[in-house]
Amino acid sequence: MNPKSPVIKLEDVRKIYKLPFGEVRALDGITLDIHQGDFIAIMGPSGSGKSTLLNMVGSLDVPTCGELYIDGVNVKNLTDDELTDLRRDTIGFIFQQFNLIPLLTVKENVEYPYILKYRHSDKEGRCEELLDKVGLTNNLIHHKPTELSGGQQQRVAIARALVNDPKILLCDEPTGNLDSKTGKQVMELLNDLNKAGKTVIMVTHDSNTAEYAHQKIRIEDGVII
Amino acid sequence: MSSAIFFEFAKRSIKLHWLRSLLAVIGIVIGVSAIAAMGMLGNSLVLSVSESLSDVGDSVVVYPHGGVQQGPGTTSVKEYITERDLKDIKRAAGSNDVIPVHSTADRVFIGNDDTISSIYGLYEDDTEILLELADGQWLRGSSGALAGSKVADDYDLTVGSRIKIGEESFRIAGILEERGMGFDISPDNGFIISEKTFSSIYDQDDFNLVIVKVRNLEDIETVKENIDKKMNKRDDVVDVFDTKAILEVILETFGRISTFTTAIGGISLIVAGVSIFNVQMMSVTERIKEIGIIRSIGTRRREVMKTFLYEALILGLLGSGIGALFSFAGGYLTILIMLQDTSYLFDPGTLIFIPFGMAFGTATSLISGLYPAWKAANLNPIEALRFE
Repeated sequence: MNPKSPVIKLEDVRKIYKLPFGEVRALDGITLDIHQGDFIAIMGPSGSGKSTLLNMVGSLDVPTCGELYIDGVNVKNLTDDELTDLRRDTIGFIFQQFNLIPLLTVKENVEYPYILKYRHSDKEGRCEELLDKVGLTNNLIHHKPTELSGGQQQRVAIARALVNDPKILLCDEPTGNLDSKTGKQVMELLNDLNKAGKTVIMVTHDSNTAEYAHQKIRIEDGVII
Repeated sequence: MSSAIFFEFAKRSIKLHWLRSLLAVIGIVIGVSAIAAMGMLGNSLVLSVSESLSDVGDSVVVYPHGGVQQGPGTTSVKEYITERDLKDIKRAAGSNDVIPVHSTADRVFIGNDDTISSIYGLYEDDTEILLELADGQWLRGSSGALAGSKVADDYDLTVGSRIKIGEESFRIAGILEERGMGFDISPDNGFIISEKTFSSIYDQDDFNLVIVKVRNLEDIETVKENIDKKMNKRDDVVDVFDTKAILEVILETFGRISTFTTAIGGISLIVAGVSIFNVQMMSVTERIKEIGIIRSIGTRRREVMKTFLYEALILGLLGSGIGALFSFAGGYLTILIMLQDTSYLFDPGTLIFIPFGMAFGTATSLISGLYPAWKAANLNPIEALRFE
């Protein structure tokens, strides 16, 4: 792939939901190029379509019409398995609710996507290394996520998002459930990851959080304003 | 292997909801036990019946035609098979052994006891074809008798014992092997004496029945038809029974009963299947959010399905395993109580019902888990993620 070509490219992307009382245009013609190493904040009121955009970029959803390229691949032609593999290998998700798997321990949560990709457990200590890197102390890795504080859980979620070395990190209100001090620490972490080359795309309400981004995109009624 | 992690998920989910999992497992245990125990009991029943009826599947038995009511229009009612009839039967039977039998019942005195027993009169040579000796010798001379196994046991008869049949004194020459209930003769509770002695004591030359031992089992139908054609040309002179057919009908009937009881056991397995379905649906509904998470971070549909099928499989295997133990113990007890002989339990045909029940239990569990697993795999990840 040409290094200058965008890692995510949207061309007049629309998402239209057909409902009994008429159609809802969640996205109404979005054209956007996101390059490797970008740090983008998507902002807008609720119902503006920013979550739909994030889902789209995260290959959880496909456009009703228009073209969407993720890492050079047009998602229109992908099967469900191929879209799933794209999420597993190219994209790391970080959620507001942390979304760790309650049945698994901290380490297993981080290891899970690794096993999905490589079909064997992590023997090289990558999970421990990542957990260490995001600042989680070693004595916590065999605990269940519910035994951790919010900030600690979000660190685990970030380590999980990084385990398959994705190009893109998608963050949906990453500090929304954290106090301002912890939120700041998490944002510093994301900032460091961005400096190390990850493309970070973040949905947020919070203007302080958005300050970390290089570029802010405002969405209203499904269009960029 | 990546399957290990899905298996781990399944295991932990079961552990987390151990009570309802346990209830579902109990359902499978009951279903498997019912199927296996019923099947085992049925097979033991068939075995025990066929064992007491064996050795008689290779003969054609000819009785004088009875059952005809005397009245206007009927010419005769035959009670015996004459020497002439016997000749005809021999001709129709070809090279197969034809064994004419006298039979009656008489008072037998053994020491201070006396009892009513069946008395059979057989040609000396025929006894060796028809019967088996447990002890002593075959009939030689007129004063010898062979004792049936049960009567010998009941009255402590041994080779050399003296008995009186009617007025005549006999020495026991041999004790017969147990033969079981037969369609021809049932000598376990009787005595065998020579044809000549029988004729002279009871003053009877004609025979009560004729047994044709068919060497080649496939000929049994032909022999039966030949005799029937030859003897019953104008009037029904004799009734001809093919013991193989009788045996088959009896065994078939028992087989059906056994299938029927096993099917009743199957109903309980269906109930168990419904409970597995219920538990799995609950598991899916409770974990919608979790399914959304694992789908969004790169778990394929097939892998989600695997996780839930593993859960059903573990429940099924647990239930089947415990059910197998229970059905073995239950089968042992039932057979002990009903048949007083547990040796049939260890017959491969009986034991096969344990793996059979286990396979049914596991399959029921998997099939019941199929729809919930499919539903989990096909949830929309975005909606599942949003689920609270």
